[in-house]
Amino acid sequence: MDIKLQQVSYAYSMGTPFEKFALFDVDLTIPSKTYQAIIGHTGSGKSTILQHFNGLLKPSKGQVHIGERVIEAGKKAKELKPIRQKVGIVFQFPEHQLFEETVLKDIMFGPMNFGVSEQEAEQRARELIKLVGLPEGVLNKSPFDLSGGQMRRVAIAGVLAMDPEVIVLDEPTAGLDPRGQREIMDMFYQLHKERGLTTILVTHSMEDAARYADNIAIMHEGHCVLSGTPREIFADGKTLENYRLELPHIVRFQQKIEAMLNQKLSKICLTEEELAEEVARALREGRDVQ
Amino acid sequence: MTEILSFNNVSYSYSPEIPDARKAVQNVSFSIQKGEWIAIVGHNGSGKSTMVKMVSGLLFPQEGEVRFMKDVLTEENLWKTRSNIGMVFQNPDNQFVGATVQDDVAFALENNGVPFEDMVKRVHTSLEQVKMDKFLNHEPHHLSGGQKQRVAIAGAIAMRPKLLILDEATSMLDPQGRDEVLKTVRALREETGLTVLSITHDVEEALYADRILFMNDGKKYAEGTPTEIFALGDKLVEFGLELPFAMRMTKLFQSKGVQLAGEHMTEEELVNDLWTSNFNK
Amino acid sequence: MMEKMIFGRYIPGDSFVHRLDPRSKLIFVFAFIVIVFLANNAVTYAFILAFTLFVIFMSKIRLYFLINGLKPVIILLVFTFLIHILFTREGDILFELGFFKVYEEGLRQGIFISIRFLVLVFMTSILTLTTSPISITDGIEVLLNPLKKLKMPVHELALMMSIALRFIPTLMDETDKIMKAQMARGSDLSAGPLKDRLKAVVPLLVPLFVSAFKRAEDLATAMEVRGYRGGEGRTRYRQLKWDWRDSSSIIVLVVMTAVLIFFRS
Repeated sequence: MDIKLQQVSYAYSMGTPFEKFALFDVDLTIPSKTYQAIIGHTGSGKSTILQHFNGLLKPSKGQVHIGERVIEAGKKAKELKPIRQKVGIVFQFPEHQLFEETVLKDIMFGPMNFGVSEQEAEQRARELIKLVGLPEGVLNKSPFDLSGGQMRRVAIAGVLAMDPEVIVLDEPTAGLDPRGQREIMDMFYQLHKERGLTTILVTHSMEDAARYADNIAIMHEGHCVLSGTPREIFADGKTLENYRLELPHIVRFQQKIEAMLNQKLSKICLTEEELAEEVARALREGRDVQ
Repeated sequence: MTEILSFNNVSYSYSPEIPDARKAVQNVSFSIQKGEWIAIVGHNGSGKSTMVKMVSGLLFPQEGEVRFMKDVLTEENLWKTRSNIGMVFQNPDNQFVGATVQDDVAFALENNGVPFEDMVKRVHTSLEQVKMDKFLNHEPHHLSGGQKQRVAIAGAIAMRPKLLILDEATSMLDPQGRDEVLKTVRALREETGLTVLSITHDVEEALYADRILFMNDGKKYAEGTPTEIFALGDKLVEFGLELPFAMRMTKLFQSKGVQLAGEHMTEEELVNDLWTSNFNK
Repeated sequence: MMEKMIFGRYIPGDSFVHRLDPRSKLIFVFAFIVIVFLANNAVTYAFILAFTLFVIFMSKIRLYFLINGLKPVIILLVFTFLIHILFTREGDILFELGFFKVYEEGLRQGIFISIRFLVLVFMTSILTLTTSPISITDGIEVLLNPLKKLKMPVHELALMMSIALRFIPTLMDETDKIMKAQMARGSDLSAGPLKDRLKAVVPLLVPLFVSAFKRAEDLATAMEVRGYRGGEGRTRYRQLKWDWRDSSSIIVLVVMTAVLIFFRS
């Protein structure tokens, strides 16, 4: 299911003296089964944009295509439920949305809202609790007896239980310890690879975008200012600086090494493993030449 | 050297009635000297926050003692101790008491009965020190997370504390906010020689410390300089922490057969070693 | 709708009225509410109306903005006016249309009541529009101070009020976020029979309460660690300053009362 934003603008409190635009003429296409990162600072419009992906906000101008559906400025959008089932959103600090007496019921809440049978919903909950790395025993506990990290995983299971085709992640690892962060990000990447889940990661982490994304869009003051593959985006550190963003740590380190070697490596490396390999190769080749 | 804080064989259990229950903090001893920056690292649930609660007198140890400025911390000297400790907590929103920036900075001063004229001076100097003096009348919901934490630091240092505690103060911030806060604390230390105790699971933050206390499962697993602690390598990873970037790269390089002379904490050292080990022979 | 409402909002500024001490403003408005009832004839009503317009002028808040923002109240005003016209049957008939008759006394009463209503709404709005909520709290705390002798927890009440005010925007944001999160999970707050809608509120209220309690707990810890232990021995950072403006506004109040007593019939 492709998602396409065409000339989308959005204003909060439209038509009042307090009217304030948060998005300006944003064009963005996210093809099915890709991993898209949207990067920007707080206030860049990235959280406004993500609410357009499942019709939580309606554009003030322009069109949003979600699969076959079109949500257009000025027209009434009816029956948004099918869209919301297909596009799941994991909001920042999703553990704040838990409310049921048991973990099981909370995970079942989403699917049952979309008309999935109780049996089927329970089935999904039992599968997903393992997928997010929790023992099945927690299903009967109250979500409020769990640790913060565990609550986060339950909330994520609750969104995945809707069986969406697209998943939108808003800073899914904020506040977790390093191991938790890595585990959650790897889990989503695996889902993306194995099930072809279209993944949209809204983040300020250049590192995560470099490691996981196929495409990156950079948001700045409500405009989508850059868009391309990670290597395209990271080839130009100067432009990023204009938007008060830094190259990922790994790319900055590569530049230091390149300055030391006085030679460019064959490509921009996006992960630590990749860089180690490239440097090893460059050194080997250098030695062979000597 | 003047000792600011010390833990002597401190233990604490949240369910003391059960003799075999796991203790949140078990037989921990350490001390902080004036002007030091100590970081306590450990994964969630390692006992870090319980230790902090015992410094601020929200909990008292069941065994052992906590000493602040050489005095054992008790119910009696609690408030005096608190006026000598500045604390910044994790959630920037939930510690902002005042209606505006300057009201919030003044809060602890008001509580401790500082006279008005003195208060005004202190509020302004503290806000200058954290570079928030242009935001005197801003309301909290118009500030970023990093700005709110800087206001919290200003509120803490306005009391001219002997010790500043950062209790996971950067963990809810974006990278920019984290940088802001850490830069502020480093500048403050250079300027005033402030003693800092930071609780964190961010290894890059811990690198700034003079000494690191590595907690695991309620016990002090190791204590030492950042170099000594990160030399533990995979042990840290096993306990849910990360290695600093330069160390991770060192290990990766070595595994790919790149020649290096040793382990490195900083990128500069690593790049230099790459050069000397491979070209400068 | 909510965004257009100005009732209870504060507009920063530095007019004469803005710079008044909250105590004098509070005293003035409360006294004004009482003395408005002294007016009972054309002269006195004209006088309080003129005076209110003068205060609006001094506050530099645009009349248009006031009227626009108080639309819902104005509908109420028109309604009371019509009631008086229709149901007061005294004096001469001014004109009639079938069985619809307008009496002189009805028109008079309608106009008077409307003016009284209007000046009260305007005056209280001017108070909140020109005084930040926190200043109002300060003013109330100081004015109620004598009640401390009667063991009223004045300081605690004022602190509670100011913390509540401080957290309103935070909790509004939070409500919006949780609502969006549940809508994304297929919860529907706007459709279906009342029973379903009530049920749909649970996923919103439970998380909201949980988070509010968590915040309260954190805040209490932070306050304790920062040395808060009640009002005793505390100094105040927010100082109230009574100057010539405040004294003159109280003098105006006294003069106005005298004028109203003199001209009322």
